[in-house]
Amino acid sequence: MNDYQYDHQTVKGFIISSIFWGVVGILIGLWISIQMWKPELNIPPFFTFGRLRVVHTNGLAFGLGIGAIFGISYYIVMRLTKRPLLFPKLARFHLYLFNAAIALAALSLFAGMNQTLEYAELEWPLDIGVVILWVIFAVNVFGTIIKRKEEQMYISLWYVIATVIAVAVLYIVNNLAVPAGLTKSYSLFAGVNSANVQWWYGHNAVGFVFTTPILAMFYYFLPKSTGLPIYSHRLSIIAFWSLVFAYLWTGAHHLVYTPLPDWIQTLGIVFTLFLIAPSWGSVINGYYTVGSDWNKMQTNYLTKFFILGITFYGLQTVQGPTQAIRVVSQLIHYTDWVPGHVHMGTMGWVTMTTAASIYYIIPKIYGTEIYSIKVANIHFWLVLIGQLMFSITMWITGIQQGALWKATNPDGSLKYTFMEGLVKNYPFWQLRTIAGVIFTVGMLFFIYNIYMTIRKGKALAASRA
Amino acid sequence: MAGELYKKPIMFAVVATVVILIGTIVTMFYPMFTEGMHPRLENLKPYTALQLAGKDIYMREGCNNCHTQTVRPLKTEVMRYGEYSKAGEFAYDRPFLWGSKRTGPDLARIGGKYPDAWHYKHFENPQAFFAQSNMPKYGWLQNGKLATAEMEAHMKVNGFPYSKEEIADLASKTELDALVAYMQAIGSAVPRMAAQAAAVAMTEEKNPLEGDKDAHERGEDIYERDCESCHGDDGKGGIGPSLRDNIWLNKEGDISDGRIYEIIANGTANGMPPYAGQLDKDKIWSLVSYIRHEQRKSK
Repeated sequence: MNDYQYDHQTVKGFIISSIFWGVVGILIGLWISIQMWKPELNIPPFFTFGRLRVVHTNGLAFGLGIGAIFGISYYIVMRLTKRPLLFPKLARFHLYLFNAAIALAALSLFAGMNQTLEYAELEWPLDIGVVILWVIFAVNVFGTIIKRKEEQMYISLWYVIATVIAVAVLYIVNNLAVPAGLTKSYSLFAGVNSANVQWWYGHNAVGFVFTTPILAMFYYFLPKSTGLPIYSHRLSIIAFWSLVFAYLWTGAHHLVYTPLPDWIQTLGIVFTLFLIAPSWGSVINGYYTVGSDWNKMQTNYLTKFFILGITFYGLQTVQGPTQAIRVVSQLIHYTDWVPGHVHMGTMGWVTMTTAASIYYIIPKIYGTEIYSIKVANIHFWLVLIGQLMFSITMWITGIQQGALWKATNPDGSLKYTFMEGLVKNYPFWQLRTIAGVIFTVGMLFFIYNIYMTIRKGKALAASRA
Repeated sequence: MAGELYKKPIMFAVVATVVILIGTIVTMFYPMFTEGMHPRLENLKPYTALQLAGKDIYMREGCNNCHTQTVRPLKTEVMRYGEYSKAGEFAYDRPFLWGSKRTGPDLARIGGKYPDAWHYKHFENPQAFFAQSNMPKYGWLQNGKLATAEMEAHMKVNGFPYSKEEIADLASKTELDALVAYMQAIGSAVPRMAAQAAAVAMTEEKNPLEGDKDAHERGEDIYERDCESCHGDDGKGGIGPSLRDNIWLNKEGDISDGRIYEIIANGTANGMPPYAGQLDKDKIWSLVSYIRHEQRKSK
């Protein structure tokens, strides 16, 4: 079957690294979720909520997310171009540099070196490291695609290319800063303008880290694992172009009712509403693909990961635009609703799709079958329950918070002090921690399954030799 | 014809770049060159070295993860926090610190709301003010010294004016001093709201709860929640003045019930925050009852 020698070592290295950073990020997530209702767990100076939260978000977005994206994109690119990576040694260096950068990133964030730009907290020396990492990735991806042995570029390659381009532009522009020492810098942008640049970046980090590369996985591994072809090629073309066009206009929905000029806010809201269409283009494509044989949900254990994953993507992309509307934003902005929204995307769509892709890749690399479908099913149900419980709890808290902040007495005075509102969150925050524990246990089943599959694969290779 | 695009990676990448750049240019790049994106209020002052050191600490500790610094132009929000945020207030913030989550309250109008002593005590032990607060303690910042050479470099990068003495003075300050100085500077370019003062003027009014035997007990509950951390047990005084003696606003002699009501509702220029937006009439009058009750007890 394998006509070509693919560089599986690098792919595997990225996958295992990303799982490692994922565990770190998830455990810190649990810790800060407890800090929300038990402030005694803040241990200054390194382990207060303000510092740990950025380690959590960066660890998961860059460590787990980008790590998995690098590895799985390399895998997809090699398969779809029918050739090994153009620069395999560079890819190996990429892997080592990635791990060094993430380790330094975590340490620097613990130490409080923080640009205070959400999801762009890393200080300038690490930013340069990130750009180098990205250039290496771009060179290898483009080089391999240009020298490909399959003329037609499949959908997943479009999404990988868009990711490479967009992230480069976003990351570089938003991190432009004037250094004031090795560990401190001041943004090139000030005030209202910096807010606009930051959320143009912030929202598109979601678009081009948590959406397009994950869609690349979805479009590749769903047909691969089910054996069913993608329902509509035309729909995927429309969805792709309208998605990468519309995303860049929407950042200002994070700044509704702030001093940002109104026209930018309104434009952001309008394009956010439009974004439902391309998002659901992919959702529909996914459903109709499996729709030709729904039995796959039962007979192929990976199908349900992909279908639930794309379902949460679909829900996410309806909820997001709803939040952008001014009247809804009024109520839920700045509340726990927003983390609830984000975690449906990350714990539901991103993690499920990525985990399923890894379930597909690891046995393929080792020429074996998955260690246990049963364990994979337990993993599935635990992360599903954990994530639903997490998100729903946060939505309820968010609505409650927003409503209490707005509540007035008959004479027009405010009904609740800030403290009275805060206290009502505690039971929900405790529930959220429990949900997080359930999700984490689910992820441990996943890791165990992958570990055992690798062990099985190694034993098999040893016996063949 | 269009199908050819999917066979030409370089062409594809060029088209994708253009498509991505359109929204980028319209909503991010173009506005950058319009005046509307660089507003500055006339009385907005650059940060002093101590204030900037405090802002650096605010950024280092990730305070923005729990606190916003934008009051939205919504009725209840203005009542809770003060005047809504103006575009021209943030010209010296690189980057902006508006935040995205209010686990704790908004801080856009924190400057001048409380006296320095309140902030020191609150940073050291937030739970002493609000027993159920989930804010971490930051008293440990007292042990942090400010680095003068570093701060001079920071002032230069920001282009803020400073004097040599100002920088030298930092050596005697702690990180907590700097953070408190920053707190007091936030939002100071916009005058504190005087709107409610006009609405609440009742010097002549009598306490309608007079004769209500339970009023002072209801007042006590509110007192313990909102007032005790500054005015001490039973109104004996602390950060704020005693409420049991005969000195009001630094002057000997009693004042009317209505005047006490006004002070609670409108606050004072000396660090008493206004409560008109948070407490309804009945609650404020019950506080007046409670204060009178304590005064009588102490006589």
